[in-house]
Amino acid sequence: MTVDVLAQSAREPTPWGEVVELLVPATGETLYMVGVSTVLAAVFGIPLGVLLHLTAPGGLHPRPTVHRLLGAIVDLGRAMPFIVLLVLLLSVTRFLIGSTIGPTAAIVPLAVGAVPFVGRLVQNVLAEVHVAVVEAAVTTGASTFKIVRSVLLRESVPALIGAIGVTAIALVGYSAMAGVVGGGGLGDVAVRIGYQRFDGRVLWATVLVLAALTSLIQLGFSFAARRLDRRRHATA
Amino acid sequence: MITVENLTKTFAGPTGPVRALDDVTLEVAAGTVCGVVGPSGAGKSTLARCIPLLERPDSGAVRVDGTDLVALRGAALRDERRRIGVVPQGDSLLRQRSVAGNVALPLEAAGAARAERAGRVAELLELVGLADKANAYPDQLSGGQRQRVAIARALAARPRVLLADEPTSALDPTTTESVLDLLERARAELGVTVLVVTHDMAVVRRICSTVAVLDHGRVVEHGSVLDLVTRPGSRTAAALLPATDDAARHASGHAVVADVVLTGEAAAGPLLTETATRHGAELALLGGGFTDLAGVPVARFRVGLDGTGAEAAVAALADAGAAVERVRAPEVLA
Repeated sequence: MTVDVLAQSAREPTPWGEVVELLVPATGETLYMVGVSTVLAAVFGIPLGVLLHLTAPGGLHPRPTVHRLLGAIVDLGRAMPFIVLLVLLLSVTRFLIGSTIGPTAAIVPLAVGAVPFVGRLVQNVLAEVHVAVVEAAVTTGASTFKIVRSVLLRESVPALIGAIGVTAIALVGYSAMAGVVGGGGLGDVAVRIGYQRFDGRVLWATVLVLAALTSLIQLGFSFAARRLDRRRHATA
Repeated sequence: MITVENLTKTFAGPTGPVRALDDVTLEVAAGTVCGVVGPSGAGKSTLARCIPLLERPDSGAVRVDGTDLVALRGAALRDERRRIGVVPQGDSLLRQRSVAGNVALPLEAAGAARAERAGRVAELLELVGLADKANAYPDQLSGGQRQRVAIARALAARPRVLLADEPTSALDPTTTESVLDLLERARAELGVTVLVVTHDMAVVRRICSTVAVLDHGRVVEHGSVLDLVTRPGSRTAAALLPATDDAARHASGHAVVADVVLTGEAAAGPLLTETATRHGAELALLGGGFTDLAGVPVARFRVGLDGTGAEAAVAALADAGAAVERVRAPEVLA
C-alpha cells in the first residue's frame, strides 16, 4: 500500500451507505457479546456477591478466612487489565468454545472479567438491606437459603437490576477490545476503520451508536428497576 | 414460660469490655405480660436480642417452655425460634412485599402450605384490624399500622411467647394505645406470654403485670407490679405512682405525715376517711392521686393526721392492707 492510497483514503470518507452496512452487523455483534456476557456475569456474580455478604464479619455466617480468600480473588480479577485477561484466558476459551476467535470466543473473557465486578456490586447492594429486616427473618426460624432468597435478594431487586445495568454498560466498553480476538462489534469498527484508516465519519458514527446503545441500556434498566420497586408510590 | 438464668453478655467497647448483661435472672409466668425497663444503656435491648439468640450470650440459659435455647444450634435452634414471635426494634418489614406477604413470612419459614398460609394471614390481619390493607405495601402505611403488621407477623406461626423491643418508641400516644391494646389482646385471647422491653413506664402501667428493672446490666427489681409499688423506696413505685413529694411544703404542722398506697378496691373506696373517722383522727390529703396498673386501680396519697387517734389510724390502715410509709420531712421534725 503506497502513501498515496493511504492519503486518498483519508481524504475520501466511506460513503454513508457503507457506513450503515458496517455498523448494523457490528451493533448486532456488540449486543450479542454484551447480552450473553451480562447474563453469565449475573448468573455467577450474584451468588459470589451473596457469598461475600454472608461470610463477611457480622454477616449471617461469618467465615473470615473464606471471606478474605474470596475478596482477594475478586480484587485480583478486578485489577487485571481486560486485554491481559483476554490473552490469559485463550486456552480456557479454546477448551470451552472450541475456538479462540469470533464474538462467541470473546464472551468468555468478558464474562469472566465481569463476574468479580458483579460480585462486589452485589455485596454492596445486599449490605444496604436493613439489619432489622434480616433479623426479623432470622427470628422466624427461616433457613439461610430462605433469607437469601426472600429477604436479601428480594428486597434488593431494584438495586440489583441497577447493578446489572452498570455491568452491561461496562461490558459495552470492554467489548471494544474484542476485536483483538476477531470478535467484531462496534469498538472494533471504530478502531480498525475509524482510527487505523483515519476515517472520521466511521469513527464518529460508531461513537454515536455506542452512546445511543449505552443510553438505551441505562434507560431500560432504570425503567425495570422502577417498575419492580414496591417502595414509596408503588400501587398495590 | 420464659426463664432467663444468670445471663451474661460482654461487648468489646472503646475503653475495654462492656458488660451489657451481668448475671441477669428473670422469669415470666405463662399468660402474663412482663415489662423490662431501665435507663438507656441498661442492657434492655441486649436482653431482648439474647432471648431469641440474635446475640449469643457469654453464659447463662434462656428457657422458653423448658428448652434451653443457648444449648441449641442450626436446625434445632431454627425450630425453637418458630415458637417465639419477635417484634424487633425499629422498622423491620420487607418493603418489597405486601402486608399479607410480610405476615406470611414465618409461615413460609415453617413450611406451611399455600392455602393454610392464606387462611392464617387473613385471620391475623383481621386480629390487628388491617384486613383491608392486605395488598398494600409497607411504605403506604402509617407507623402504627406498620407496627401492627409486625405484631401480626410475630404471631403468625402461633408462638407461645412474644418478644417486643420498644414497640411504641416511635409512635404517638393514640397509636401507642392501639399497639398496647393489641399486645394485651394477644395475651388475653391467644394466651401468649409477652415480654416487652420499653423505656416508657406508661407501657408498664398499661399492660404489664410483672416488671424487671435493669440498671448497668443487672436486675435491680423484679416482681409483680402491684407488689413492687407497695414496697417502700422501689423504683417501680417512684416511676408508676402519682408523685407526692411535690406536696412536702404542706407537710408542716401535722402530727403524723405518711404516704399511703392503696390497691384494688381499697383505692377507690372510702378506706382512708373511714379509718381516720373511726379512730377520731383528722385527715388532711397533702398530695398524690389515682392511677391504673394493668386494669387495677391504685392510689398513693400523702396524708397528714392529727388528733389523739392519729397513730391508731396509721396502724389500722396498715392492717387493712394499705402500704404505709411515714414521711419524716424536715418541717415535721422542726
